[in-house]
Amino acid sequence: MATLELSLEDEAGARRARRGRRLGMLFWFAIGWMVLVFAVAIFADLLPLPSPTDMDMLERRAPFSVEHWLGTDGLGRDELSRLIYGARISLIVGLCAPVIGVTIGGALGMLAGYFRGRFESLVVGSMDVLLAFPPLILALAVTAFLGQSIFNLTCILGVLGIPAFMRVARASTLTLARREFVIAAQALGASHARILLRELLPNVLLPLLAFFLLGVAVTIVVEGALSFLGLGVPPPISSWGSMIGEGRESLDVAPRLAFIPAIAMFLTVLAFNLIGDTMRALTDPRQGAL
Amino acid sequence: MSDTLLSVEDAVVDLPTPRGNLRAVDHVDLAVGAGKTLGIVGESGCGKTMLSRTILQLLPKKAKLSGRVMFDGQDLLKLPPEKLRKLRGRSLAVVFQDPMTSLNPVLTIGTQLIETIQEHLELDLAKARQRSVELLAAVGIPAPEQRLTQYPHQLSGGMRQRVAIAIALSCEPKLLIADEPTTALDVTIQAQILDLLAREQQRRHMAMILITHDLGVVAGRADEVAVMYAGRVVERAPTPALFKQMRMPYTEALLAALPKLDAAPHTPLPAISGRPPDPTRPLKGCSFSPRCRYATERCSTEKPSLVAAETPEHLYACFHPIAARVPA
Amino acid sequence: MLFFVARRLFYLIPVLIAVSVLTFVIASLLPGDLAYVILGDQATPENVAALRHDMGLDQPIWLRYFGWLWHILQGDFGRSFRTGQTVLQAVSDRVPVSFELMIFAELIGLAIGVPLAIACAAKAGSAFDRFMTGSAFGMLSVPTFLSAILLIYLFAVELRWLPATGYVPFTEDPPANLRFMVLPSLTLALAEWPGIMRVLRSDMIAALQEDYIALAKAKGLKPSRILFVHALKPSSLTLVTITGINIGRLIGGAVIVESIFALPGIGRLLVGAIYTRDLIILQGVVLLVAAGFVLMNFIVDLLYAVLDPRIRHGHA
Repeated sequence: MATLELSLEDEAGARRARRGRRLGMLFWFAIGWMVLVFAVAIFADLLPLPSPTDMDMLERRAPFSVEHWLGTDGLGRDELSRLIYGARISLIVGLCAPVIGVTIGGALGMLAGYFRGRFESLVVGSMDVLLAFPPLILALAVTAFLGQSIFNLTCILGVLGIPAFMRVARASTLTLARREFVIAAQALGASHARILLRELLPNVLLPLLAFFLLGVAVTIVVEGALSFLGLGVPPPISSWGSMIGEGRESLDVAPRLAFIPAIAMFLTVLAFNLIGDTMRALTDPRQGAL
Repeated sequence: MSDTLLSVEDAVVDLPTPRGNLRAVDHVDLAVGAGKTLGIVGESGCGKTMLSRTILQLLPKKAKLSGRVMFDGQDLLKLPPEKLRKLRGRSLAVVFQDPMTSLNPVLTIGTQLIETIQEHLELDLAKARQRSVELLAAVGIPAPEQRLTQYPHQLSGGMRQRVAIAIALSCEPKLLIADEPTTALDVTIQAQILDLLAREQQRRHMAMILITHDLGVVAGRADEVAVMYAGRVVERAPTPALFKQMRMPYTEALLAALPKLDAAPHTPLPAISGRPPDPTRPLKGCSFSPRCRYATERCSTEKPSLVAAETPEHLYACFHPIAARVPA
Repeated sequence: MLFFVARRLFYLIPVLIAVSVLTFVIASLLPGDLAYVILGDQATPENVAALRHDMGLDQPIWLRYFGWLWHILQGDFGRSFRTGQTVLQAVSDRVPVSFELMIFAELIGLAIGVPLAIACAAKAGSAFDRFMTGSAFGMLSVPTFLSAILLIYLFAVELRWLPATGYVPFTEDPPANLRFMVLPSLTLALAEWPGIMRVLRSDMIAALQEDYIALAKAKGLKPSRILFVHALKPSSLTLVTITGINIGRLIGGAVIVESIFALPGIGRLLVGAIYTRDLIILQGVVLLVAAGFVLMNFIVDLLYAVLDPRIRHGHA
């Protein structure tokens, strides 16, 4: 029976691989969309775009035209330009905040998983306190007291991500620390730093990276929510969230003002989720095979 | 045989796997008479469990099955699902190997017994409850009344297997399939469970298929024994005839692999060398030939068929049966 | 069981203390001074100094913390310097609205997610299963405020079936209350069902592979009984876990949804306090919401223990 069951599991694995290849097109579409969003965000200044903050009160909520490809918003600002500059904000916050989370959370998780003991209890305990706040409430409170700025927003969203990254890093470290190659390194008298950096880090990095992409998706959503409420990025800087928030006011006359940034945001979040999920599926069996 | 209860005729089970087709059951013929016991013996992975699932029609969805499984005059393969369901648990019952996993952890013992009884017998809740208590008592569970409200994890492994047996017996089945019923249990409990099965079988005049990897288990309990290897039945004989003169080298090796009480301390067990063949890469010749110490050229090129030799009841598939050859 | 409750309760105390410290620290992040915020245009150095002294702002931070905590332990969470309402009064006025919203949302989410999960698990790998799994994955990428906009556009602007904003208490006019609650709850539920469906589906697929399911089939039980009793009951524990995990997101979602649909709940109180810089209310609401969140998680833990016979009998 044992051999039979084994081969049935093999089959499930192969089916997953086959589905991976079938998902291929969607996956490459996600990559393509991300490349596009990154490219326009990085080169926004070089593109022949009108300023995203220049108002033209005579051309409020103008429809699509050669001059304004996606029309103008309620204050006569070019929608396409705002969309592209908004992508910048979403990406800057969306990438920087998880970098904070993955650096601090990853380091804490690895140290906690490696050294165990009182340090681990302390780390896990303080994360429990952070998790005791509903994330959005904490983000709102901090930006309210600290003041609205992109820097503050990035920092608080980064801190909010720490517990999750800590858990992933700690869980991977806990399993890895019991593996032969770590025990062998310890027996050979390698220093803690060497084991952590040379033996453990390369193996913890992959699951962290997959999780990082999912973290980007979540951060973009939370940033969007805060900006939507007018409590994220301070105006007149455009962010997808604030654009949707402003577009809500004219849902009856110009629904596209809300829906265009909404579609951009949905596609971006979906792309990060898709790539992150695919990467996680790819790293999982590797974990088992180590 | 006129009183044949179950007959498996030329059953073939193929499981598609990424490494190719896996033939789990390879042209198997078996028969069990009413009230008789058939022992099926073989190593792990030889297809015993797949064979039992074939009889129960509980194969994985992707499995392809051909042949016939005649039970009580009906071909189970052609039976509509609803009729099959009415048969299962009613006249065809099973006890699985591991009582730790075969009972639902979040349902009480009582629920799991009563639901079976009420599914098949026209009994109201009070009567079904009463019957459950009697069944638990019959399988040797103390304080059966209290057990009904308990959950599986509150019982020991042996007790759980007794519950599983009570469930199997609950509707007076005509055939009980016991699939390695003692493998997961402590040695001291094993004999009790086997004796319980034998006792209940006689009392209820029920047929039984006893699946095991242990020749010792079937020795005193089965009327007939079928030895399986790599999905095939390689030797089949009435139990006394088999133990008097086994013909297939594999059966001999299985018997030799059993620890003996009268052996001197520290005698190494003669384990069967090698592993069963990869079931997705069938051999041209006899599947056992790579591991068989009597194998010759012919064994690896030609597949021996299961034939009767001296007596019509004793069948084996071997070119070089034991005792019919010059001792090596 | 009693030991389990006691241990969890004991763990609750340090967490609640830490939550109060963190809330206080966040409130102290305020650049400048609360006195300036309160006095606004009338801020002269003398006024500020006097108010600082009245409020104890001239004391060291740890003293202020203990003073604050002392008041809280006596049930005094402070008073809005804008409306004069106490924090406790403001919160208790709005809690029923938020609870109604969250409960409706979770119920709708379960009503969509659970049947879909069961249907998908029963036909795992089928076209229906793949379509629903894909849709759930897509839905996970739709932020709450997006689905809110979409639903408002569809049902309030285009079809004009339901009101986009507004609220009437249930006690005053139940049908009107429900009409106002449909879109907000549905919005939140749209974020809830994909998670519920995905987790429950994979859990049930795993359960359906178990030996006890094979035995249930071998016992000749009806397929519906196997699916709903033998496979779903073990997975119901998972449902409790998901619901517990969802609470945090539900609270966050409620803040957004209440703001969009103008429901007078805790979330709107919080956002309103931020807009008007009513910092005492803000601090009190954050503390109460966090404490409530901790307590809800505690209750979910207990519920889990009550439902799982293995934990109940001290086996796990």
